[in-house]
Amino acid sequence: MAYTVPKLEDYSAAALDKAVEELKAALYQEADAVSNENKWKEFRDRWMARKNGILTQINDLWLKAAPGSAKREVGARVNQLKTGVASIVEAKHALALNAPVTFTSQGIEIPRAKDWESFRKLATDPVLDITLPGIRRPLGAEHPVIKTMNEIVSVFRAMGYSVADGPEIETDYYNFESLNFPPNHPARDTQDTIFISGQEKKQQRDRLLLRTHTSPVQIHTMEKHPPPIRVVVPGKVHRADTADATHSPIFHQVEGLAVDTNITFCDLKGTLDHAMKALFGSSVKTRFYPSFFPFTEPSADVQITCFKCGGKGCRLCKMSGWIELLGCGMVDPNVFNFVESNGYDAEKVSGFAFGMGVERITMLKYGIDDIQLFYQGDVRFLEQFA
Amino acid sequence: MRISPTWLREFVDLKVNETQLADELTLAGVAVESVKEMDGQTLFEMEIGTNRPDAMCHYGVARECSAIYDIALKPIAPKLPKAKPAAIPVPVEIQDAKGCARYTVRVVRNVKIAPSPAKILARLKIDDHGGINNVVDASNYTLMEIGHPTHAFDLDKLEGGKIIVRRARAGETLKTLDDVVRKLDPEDLIIADAVRPVALAGIMGGMDSAISSATKNILIESAWFDPVTVRKTARRLGMHTDASHIFERGADWGGTGLACDRVAELVLETAGGELEGEPVDVVARHLVTYSIWLRRSEIQRHLGQEIPEATVTRILSRLGFKLTAVTPATLDALKKLDPADTPEQKQAVVIAAGDIAKATGLASEQIMAIIAASKNWGPSWMVDLPTWRLDVEREIDLIEEIARIYGYNKFANTLPAFSGGVVELLNADKQAKARALLLALGYNEAIAPTFISQADATAFSGSAVVPLANPLSEEQSVMRSSLVPGMLNMLAWNLNRGTSDVRLFEIGHVFSAPAEETTAQATMLCLGATGNAISPSVHGAARAYSFFDVKGDIETLLAAFELPGLKFEPTDRYHQGHGARAVADGVVVAEFGQLHPDVAAARKLKQEIYIAEIYLDHLFQFLLRSPRYQPLSRYPAVDRDFSFSFSDSVRFEQIQSAIHALNIAELQSFQPAEIFRGGSVPQGKYSVLLRAQFQSADRTLRDDEVAQWSARIIKALEALGGILRS
Repeated sequence: MAYTVPKLEDYSAAALDKAVEELKAALYQEADAVSNENKWKEFRDRWMARKNGILTQINDLWLKAAPGSAKREVGARVNQLKTGVASIVEAKHALALNAPVTFTSQGIEIPRAKDWESFRKLATDPVLDITLPGIRRPLGAEHPVIKTMNEIVSVFRAMGYSVADGPEIETDYYNFESLNFPPNHPARDTQDTIFISGQEKKQQRDRLLLRTHTSPVQIHTMEKHPPPIRVVVPGKVHRADTADATHSPIFHQVEGLAVDTNITFCDLKGTLDHAMKALFGSSVKTRFYPSFFPFTEPSADVQITCFKCGGKGCRLCKMSGWIELLGCGMVDPNVFNFVESNGYDAEKVSGFAFGMGVERITMLKYGIDDIQLFYQGDVRFLEQFA
Repeated sequence: MRISPTWLREFVDLKVNETQLADELTLAGVAVESVKEMDGQTLFEMEIGTNRPDAMCHYGVARECSAIYDIALKPIAPKLPKAKPAAIPVPVEIQDAKGCARYTVRVVRNVKIAPSPAKILARLKIDDHGGINNVVDASNYTLMEIGHPTHAFDLDKLEGGKIIVRRARAGETLKTLDDVVRKLDPEDLIIADAVRPVALAGIMGGMDSAISSATKNILIESAWFDPVTVRKTARRLGMHTDASHIFERGADWGGTGLACDRVAELVLETAGGELEGEPVDVVARHLVTYSIWLRRSEIQRHLGQEIPEATVTRILSRLGFKLTAVTPATLDALKKLDPADTPEQKQAVVIAAGDIAKATGLASEQIMAIIAASKNWGPSWMVDLPTWRLDVEREIDLIEEIARIYGYNKFANTLPAFSGGVVELLNADKQAKARALLLALGYNEAIAPTFISQADATAFSGSAVVPLANPLSEEQSVMRSSLVPGMLNMLAWNLNRGTSDVRLFEIGHVFSAPAEETTAQATMLCLGATGNAISPSVHGAARAYSFFDVKGDIETLLAAFELPGLKFEPTDRYHQGHGARAVADGVVVAEFGQLHPDVAAARKLKQEIYIAEIYLDHLFQFLLRSPRYQPLSRYPAVDRDFSFSFSDSVRFEQIQSAIHALNIAELQSFQPAEIFRGGSVPQGKYSVLLRAQFQSADRTLRDDEVAQWSARIIKALEALGGILRS
């Protein structure tokens, strides 16, 4: 005999209890009879359909019909029942789908789960084990190199630098000649260039290659904009380096360039000192020492006090207390000569340029010991940076 | 290169200890990479820039010390006995002045070839030279000491006892000291005797004229060869020697005589014999024929800090430069110059400043321009250059010398003034938005290699590829024309390491060759996903990543942009029936779908793989969507469900457009709630539960109007061949 929702004559607590118990008994009985998806749908609709489902009925027959004085009491029970019914329906569905099926002469049979009782309990008297792990939605992680590159760019943007970029395939002119690397100069050897094939017919300056540094963007920028300029250039570069723990044919650089009247070596030092403090903490100190780049003069390498040991000496800084981070220098007048027609008169303007390897900085920052990890897409590695 | 501080101390009286010395050399630009102990002595491992061949020897480093500490550098003056006059001086002929600017020789007769004494061998060992014989060792010792490469020939093996410096002739060969027969090219500069080549100039000597145990008479060569010429030949032949290393970077033009004498002195000391005749010194051309005009105002302009005149003079003099202050008379004449002066008056001043014009090699107009531009340039000097500093050619080079010896860290840290706005990259905001969305959707950001194989390029893109001339390997021989191969490799990498649920994205460039010898770069975004969309847990079952996961993620991404008429069309790009492309305004902005199982299997990918390619250059032509506010309705919404069955050929898009065409303003949404196939639904058909939601902004909807709209909806669906299920 199918259960029907009775009208309530009496709204006493005892009468309510009785009605609720009867309803629950019917719910359990019908839930137990659910053995497949279609039956479950019938079960669900019978109890939960908006139109004439049992829950809708008790709402109409019990709650709406209740006298004002009993509304509060009936409402609480009805709400409790709504949650309970929904849980049972939900639980039965999960169980029906997951339970192993067996074949019998009557067809497919879904066995009753042992803990069906516990579902009942849960449904009427939920106590959660709140120490179980939560359901987490996985978040993607930024690539550590791009994250670091963006951080560096932000520091310079805050100092008034605009952002520029340039192509990864460059001509010899932009990658070398206009940066004061004369043809056949040994300084070109230090760049381990990867060339595009089939360029032999062209003049040397027009031959295509993979940029070995982001410095060609200095020339592109000065060709587009007269002085004063301040740009920061993030980008990918390539060199013919065999891959190992510290070398990669691909890496990223951030380049910077400032040109104006009265830009001095002191300004270069101050700018980079400020930027390194912004990146690595206000307690780091910088140290400059001479270096050689064809496109800057004077040229310098910059070291900062080791951010791990603070300068006392540790494994990271090879006991020296200092870590070499970037190359820089005053723009060589020969470089200005290539863009003189756009207002870059070497007698009037001066400037500085700097460049840093993003992978190296990232490795130092996080203590990563193998550069290849950056290009493998290994989720176990990447997720550490979420 | 290694430097022994003990050896340095023979040339300068250093007061500092080795540690401090190493540090201070580094801070002056002569970098000591590491300090090590070998056989009980301290050695510096040096890293000298390509522009400083003069510092690639002990005497050169000692000169740096002399400048850093302002102490005298002791001269090197070989003591040679009076030579026996030669019957005929060795005939030396330079036929190629471009390749060889200077060639100096000396002859020593009756030497006795033997191992070098221990003192010489100990010094050679600093650079891991084992010692060959006393004559060859004398040449190597001299190189370590004063940095000038020299070579010793067995004089009796030189046909006609003659030296000719010329380019090789077609077909000529030379067996070099490393026992390799070299085919020579007419670009190669060689040393020849009367008949044939005997040495590759500045790179390596020939085997046939090498010093052997039977050698009696030797000819010592000390020359200056052109860097570019030496470099071209060395590179073509794949050779790199101690000599070519120096010549390629620029040897000391003025040092050929000294080096020749020093080798002779050592040979006489260790191999005996007699010096014959005076040195033969043939000069084909002079190098460094000008001086540099150094203005104090320029030092200040570039460095930003005052450096006392005495300091400038001291630093440069210690490094071997000779400074002459420009006379007050010239200065006065220049200062009085007015740009408004007549050309005759200007000319007069330029004549007065004649020493500048002559010394700098600048045209008088250039000097006039410089003077006009900067009247207040203070005292200045004419600076004569030492022959060993070919890297110093301009005023700025001198300023660098001053700065580095003065000490970079003594300069103040200042910030330059600047007014102006910051300009972002054109698509920075769009890219940042796309990236943020993908991270939020659970995709990890990745970077794949730029190079792929030709086979992958052909398989995953239709564009002409950009091949590399010197690829790292065949698997990496072309520029990537698609991000997909790299993405598949990264997915495989994870699956092979036991990570089965992977979601990655990469933003990067792809390359094509639109026409011969040209290349183009496009920005792409690639998604790769495999495994579970929802992982199994105690709270629920797993759900595998599906086509509609990738579609949903693409929809989320595209929803950030104003894409007029965005629609999804089927594509067979990845796997027939399992791929789609998003088209907006006739432009394909994205393609996505399941990778064909055969392609996956060929790459040993054993799970379903989903790929998306988003053409960012196309997508970024559209604006980011700007939010538009709609007042929230205060009236209840009404849901109506419609259960229909349709033939499989009716796609949801048709249903949607049919309903859209009804133009029911109050219809807020129209979504499929459930779809069934099989069971009671006949083959070739499907049953769908469609849910409409109606709401008005200004009133509570009446039952009759909802019923009327529902009827219209049913009619429209029936027109598509749908059958209403009761």
